[in-house]
Amino acid sequence: MRNLLAFITKYNAFFLFLIFEVSALLIYIKYNSFQKATFINSQNQVTGSMFAQVSELKSYLHLKDVNDSLAAENAKLRGMVKSSFYVDTAEKHKVVDTVYKQQYTYVVARVINNSTNQSNNYITINRGSRDGIGKDMGVISGDGVVGMIAAVSDHYSVIKSLLHSKSQFSAMLSKDKSVGSFLWGTDLNPHKGLLSLQNDAKPVMGETVITSGYSLFPTGIPFGKITNLHAKEGGLLLNVEVGLSVDFAKLQYVYVVVNKYAPEQTGVEAVETK
Amino acid sequence: MGRTIITNAIRFLLLVFIQVFLLKNITFYNLATPYFYILFILLLPFEIPNVLLFALSFIIGLTVDAFYDTPGLHAAACVVLALVRILFINITVQKEGFDNEPEPTLSIMGLRWFFAYASILTLAHHFFLLNLEVFRLSEIQYTLSSVILSSVFTVFLMLLSGFIFFKRKERK
Repeated sequence: MRNLLAFITKYNAFFLFLIFEVSALLIYIKYNSFQKATFINSQNQVTGSMFAQVSELKSYLHLKDVNDSLAAENAKLRGMVKSSFYVDTAEKHKVVDTVYKQQYTYVVARVINNSTNQSNNYITINRGSRDGIGKDMGVISGDGVVGMIAAVSDHYSVIKSLLHSKSQFSAMLSKDKSVGSFLWGTDLNPHKGLLSLQNDAKPVMGETVITSGYSLFPTGIPFGKITNLHAKEGGLLLNVEVGLSVDFAKLQYVYVVVNKYAPEQTGVEAVETK
Repeated sequence: MGRTIITNAIRFLLLVFIQVFLLKNITFYNLATPYFYILFILLLPFEIPNVLLFALSFIIGLTVDAFYDTPGLHAAACVVLALVRILFINITVQKEGFDNEPEPTLSIMGLRWFFAYASILTLAHHFFLLNLEVFRLSEIQYTLSSVILSSVFTVFLMLLSGFIFFKRKERK
């Protein structure tokens, strides 16, 4: 027994190393699947509020860019308003329109923590479950798709960015309408994505890739424009490279897409797959 | 003793702050990312007990993890770094009889020793960290180049800070 103790004290560095290393790896493996992460990440009260303060400071430096992008978005939206269309018929009568029901609402949130240079990037925003945000909701910005909500606390939520090795979204070509799945590219470039299409699709250089409307997002939110038709040769699918329309490094404000009919849709789909 | 604790506590807060609010946003071509906060573990005094060394490495790793959204990743890498530090100091310092010196800083230990110390420890930390993060053998070439370039960046920052806080008086 004494020999054993002497042995342990002589090589205590090694035994201490084992203990700490195993506990660190346990934490890493256990919380790596992001759903379970509750405490050691940027949505907890301490780190969340610290990021909020620093981002408050930094947001002053970006005021001009944000203003420009808001003005551009306003101009685009103004173009869609009914009053900016020329009405062809002379006859006008009022119709109570019950065909359109609001399906998507948007919660605006400020980005308080963001990374683009890891292999799995997350974004923290300053809105949480109190503002109606739930897990697995889509997130967009004025320019295009940003990601999907991965975890929510009362006041903060964490977005699994499009720049994440496990992010995958349903996308389609704007002209051809053929549907594929959209991933982040393989070389960790924050400006490039990869779209996998069936082989009979006919993508064109410069064509816009948009959301398909099958999942979290309304149809027509852009991902980006095609920059390379033969990104990855071989394999069963056609892979095209897409230049992302969102500049993730400069992200300031995002919109969380709240789909009113999402629970109904997932409920029906769950029944079907049973 | 009290002064050492205060210096190290300030160093801890300052390095974590610089890491998560400044260096987190810096990268060159998605290859070189500095992890400058490990300087805290490098500069702990020589006579620190092993338990405390491992515990502090674990804690600073977890703190950085909390801001990077990677629970456990940096902690694991920092514990490896602590072990490499113990081995390196065992091999180099006792033989040359530096043991009564308080801290392994650049101004006390000299440029040659500190450079070797910083580069080997940084390489070990970055190698473990980036490989654990990617965890795929198919991207090993990319990971290795990232390890080397990031280490160059980190060691450069360490030497820079070493020269900024250079105390001429203590060097004999």
